[in-house]
Amino acid sequence: MSFLLLIALVVFIVGVGLKIKQYAQTPAPLKIPTTPAPVTQTGVVFRMAREVVLFESLFKSNKWIWVFGWMFHVSLLLAFFRHLRYVVSPDSFMWPLVSNVIVQSFGQYAGFAMVIGLLGLLARRFLVERIRYISSPSDYLMLVMLIVIGVSGLMMSFVSHIDIVQLKMFVMGLFGFDFQNLPESTALIVHLLLVVVLLLIFPFSKLLHAPGVFFSPTRNQVDNPREKRHLSAWAAEKYNDHVDK
Amino acid sequence: MADFETPEIKEFIGIPALQEGSMAHSSPFIAYTDHQEALGYPGELVENWQQVALDKMDDLRSRYRSFQVFLDSCVKCGACTDKCHYFLGTSDPKNMPVARQDLLRKVYRRYFTFAGKYFPKLVGAEDLTEAVLDDWYSYFHQCSQCRRCSVFCPYGIDTAEISMAAREIMDAVGKGQKYCNEIIGKVFTVGNNLGLPGKALANVLEGLEEDVEDDTGVAVKFPLDVKGADILLVTPSADFFAEPHIDGLIGYAKVFHETGASWTLSTTASEAGNFGMFIGSYENMRRVSMRIRDAAKELGVKRIIFGECGHAWRIAYSFLNTLVGPFDFLDQSYPIPQHILEYTWGELEKGTLRINKEENDHMTLTFHDSCNVARGSRMGDYPGGQFDYPRNVIKAVCNNYVDMDPKTTKEATFCCGGGGGLLTDDLMEIRVKGVLPRATALKSVVENEGVTHMAAICAICKSQFTKTLPYYGFTMDQIVSVHQLVSEALVMKGSEQEAELDGTDGDDTEE
Ligand code: SF4
Ligand code: SF4
Repeated sequence: MSFLLLIALVVFIVGVGLKIKQYAQTPAPLKIPTTPAPVTQTGVVFRMAREVVLFESLFKSNKWIWVFGWMFHVSLLLAFFRHLRYVVSPDSFMWPLVSNVIVQSFGQYAGFAMVIGLLGLLARRFLVERIRYISSPSDYLMLVMLIVIGVSGLMMSFVSHIDIVQLKMFVMGLFGFDFQNLPESTALIVHLLLVVVLLLIFPFSKLLHAPGVFFSPTRNQVDNPREKRHLSAWAAEKYNDHVDK
Repeated sequence: MADFETPEIKEFIGIPALQEGSMAHSSPFIAYTDHQEALGYPGELVENWQQVALDKMDDLRSRYRSFQVFLDSCVKCGACTDKCHYFLGTSDPKNMPVARQDLLRKVYRRYFTFAGKYFPKLVGAEDLTEAVLDDWYSYFHQCSQCRRCSVFCPYGIDTAEISMAAREIMDAVGKGQKYCNEIIGKVFTVGNNLGLPGKALANVLEGLEEDVEDDTGVAVKFPLDVKGADILLVTPSADFFAEPHIDGLIGYAKVFHETGASWTLSTTASEAGNFGMFIGSYENMRRVSMRIRDAAKELGVKRIIFGECGHAWRIAYSFLNTLVGPFDFLDQSYPIPQHILEYTWGELEKGTLRINKEENDHMTLTFHDSCNVARGSRMGDYPGGQFDYPRNVIKAVCNNYVDMDPKTTKEATFCCGGGGGLLTDDLMEIRVKGVLPRATALKSVVENEGVTHMAAICAICKSQFTKTLPYYGFTMDQIVSVHQLVSEALVMKGSEQEAELDGTDGDDTEE
């Protein structure tokens, strides 16, 4: 299991890193912000922040998808914070930040919200004809997988507790390449295996929307084409910048 | 071409149940060999078209970040599925923006992604077959590149970008669209989309001078190719002869006359439209734009102003500087380029124009935001100026103005249904069905608010509406140009209207 997790992490980091590199290096030859768009760089930062934190466009678009989608993502984030207690050492200055009651209990109950959000999204995928039409098997499977990750996590939290001291030793050992045994728990095995799968498919699937949104030219460009000339490297080269300066 | 049923207009814009394949038969005429070759594309479908298409796709994704990011990022959330006017009007699921993208995305996945190469079924990847190419040809010509879907997508995925890429790929394999490619060819050879030669243009303008003088008693000029003029006006060629476009042109001329501007049109740049964008071709878009730069240099003007046209303004505002800039030879104290509405509103604010709003009292107006202006450009110096300028001008020259349902205006405006290179008779069915959401919103204000006319600022919108709204019981003359309204209300110095106004004892509405 240690081995699997490490491989998955490497694939995830390298894969997503390469994708980010690709996005960053691919030029955007034309100014295509969806207007009205901010006219300053600061404005763009705010637009992007609203998009990433509040899902602004989705909110305008469809309240149901927004409710479920937002609920899922925020809960995922909270749950993620809760999990930090497994990787942060108790002597670290970070420890009080991750171990306090607020982070821990929010994170614990967020699991329910996460699963509810995901069930909502899954239900829509089955029930709304339009969404069913655009869904392929992987779209359903991904939701099911996340639901199982959430449910198995909740099981460990609320139903059959696991030995978290041992789990912590396992995780800390992982990063020191000092492989320890996992606590015995089916829920934990399922949980971790699916996280492995999730990390592995991340760079090869629609999960790329996470880095993608930051590179979306319709959202991250400043609306100033008249004031500032925007020219891509390939166009400049191809046309020898064509301008008789 | 009336072998289809006009959809029934309901009280509200509803989301239809899916009817698979209901628009699969809709395809525009394919470009002839010479149309293709004039633009540097193969004359007919090349032998190894699959390979050429895939190479082109690979090339595009390396040069357009939008294309690469959009292909990867869609999560199939479905938020965009009910946002496209063509879907709302046709019920064909492939007209849902995400499904339209998927026509291309499934091929991208199959050939360029790990998942699609090894698990095609799982992720909905498909081989590039002839049937897929046919689907592309059909459905990427049922997208007007209006960007409405991009407003509502959480990642800003713009199906217009995908459509443009798809059309460029189809051009590269030799399967271009006749309407667009023929027109671009005409721009190169004659100077405008309509193939109106210089002589004919001069005649039209002369005729307009006579008409306006007959009407007002003022010798308003419509100058052509005047060297040393201050302003080059670039306007869609439909403004030279189509109704109600031409009344808009008269409006621009009167405003220029009244403000004492020195201006000119150009024979070689007698077209603001640029169909290079519709086919996704940077190359052709640049070539078409270059005429404007060249004309401006040749005539030695100081400013460039664009007439009422939607996609033309997007290209002018957003791309012109990129494509053929920098415009360091123009007067830098004005926006480059400027929209005619920016000019007119500026003058109205300064108070240089005398307006008699009562001239427009027989109408109650509403305004159709053109998609490309609304979501692909700006007017003025603040975001959203593109919504205010036309409304400000209309309200300055008309007493009765009402907006349509906010779900159908400003950034959420519906395309007229004829944009993006679809304004051709061989696509009549999709055009009529695509105008349904706008027609619905219009009908509602007509019935509830007494609206009689709808103003537009785009040559394509005006042509599309006058042709398709009659299918829903409206009349052609209910569509007006914004500058037509200005023209009606403008009281020029020394005009018959001025004499009448000042001669009678009733008070005038001078501001
Ligand atoms: S709204 Fe965007 S992410 Fe959602 S299905 Fe449509 S294109 Fe995909
Ligand atoms: S760009 Fe406009 S026409 Fe094209 S898919 Fe999006 S909403 Fe439909």
